[in-house]
Amino acid sequence: MTAWRIDRLRDAGFPARLAEVLARDTKCDLHALLDLVDRGYSPELAARSTAPAGRARSAVTTSNGGPANWTADTCATRVDRALIATSRSSVTAARGEQETRSWIERLSATGAERDVALVELHVLLSRAARFEVNRRRTRSPQMSRSDGDDLAHQSAEDARIAVLRTLHARKVGSRFRTWTYKFALYEAAVNMRKRAWQEREIPINAESGLLAAEGHQHVAERSDDTADTLAALSEAIDGELSPHQREVVVAIALNGVPIDVLAEWFNTTRGALYETLRDGRQRLRAALHTRGRGIDEHREPA
Amino acid sequence: MTAPSSHDRYRLIARLTGPVGPELSCDECFEALDRYVELELAGGDADAAIPGMRAHLEGCSACAEDRRSLRALLGSEAGSSDGSGGKTTGECDA
Repeated sequence: MTAWRIDRLRDAGFPARLAEVLARDTKCDLHALLDLVDRGYSPELAARSTAPAGRARSAVTTSNGGPANWTADTCATRVDRALIATSRSSVTAARGEQETRSWIERLSATGAERDVALVELHVLLSRAARFEVNRRRTRSPQMSRSDGDDLAHQSAEDARIAVLRTLHARKVGSRFRTWTYKFALYEAAVNMRKRAWQEREIPINAESGLLAAEGHQHVAERSDDTADTLAALSEAIDGELSPHQREVVVAIALNGVPIDVLAEWFNTTRGALYETLRDGRQRLRAALHTRGRGIDEHREPA
Repeated sequence: MTAPSSHDRYRLIARLTGPVGPELSCDECFEALDRYVELELAGGDADAAIPGMRAHLEGCSACAEDRRSLRALLGSEAGSSDGSGGKTTGECDA
């Protein structure tokens, strides 16, 4: 039983000596400890705030190298105060920092330790990639389960490369798990978008004349003034944007081409393309302003 | 041609004109996304902590979808699936 408790605590990140002391202390509530850690508290803080006074708290102080004249109760009181004063986000950040350090150490190691860390990383990334693929597969009913699995696997691999490339430069502000998830979700989303558009033509040609016609078609029902604004935007797309801005604005904002798909088509990045989109939008807003049309008045009423 | 609704026209104008005010780039958004979502889920003021994120998410449907996915995944792990990520003005639902 003690060995099992030690294993659970070690799995949750408790240092060996602290895990052993806590595991042997039958008054320690193992579930409460693990729950605190799961909520973002460091193992040491979890132990201090749940362990009964005595060996366990002493073990915490000793393992942390805290001042020798701290009694267990003093230590606990200080920790309780600290827990109250510490915001949840800073606790999360602290845990993220600790986790990241541990991951960097393990992934920089050699042999079995690194292999195990890579497997654990793969599990995290695969979970997120499968989540995203499954979520999006409802919009792509023609995609088979096997294709979805392959795409999730590839996305997890792409994410693994990105994680390992940026791990050392990570600015800690979240839990490590959350940080890794975003890479896998991103890769899976990009791959799914590209797959959905792989057989389709990319509509980048300016068809803003249609926009104008659509706007004027509804002049008669001009109850919300949007028709004139759309006509003005159509003119501005034709007259105020550079050819590249026009292609980007028309494709993304008018024709709904996913930005990642268009980025690949232009052999550029999402970020670079969004800059072009943003510059184009600024010109369109300026053009509306010149024509005496504000932006706020065309926001949809709440 | 089916006549677009007033709602559609508002959305089209929003997609064409984008968010007003300073906004992050896509790279900056990705860099801060995990922290932003954790703050949101913790009930913190994520918009105050990361200025420009909200505007970017309104203007970039791909980044907005990344945010929704991360929220949903973390929400599902917490046992409370969260589909309330909200839509963006620049929604293209990629």
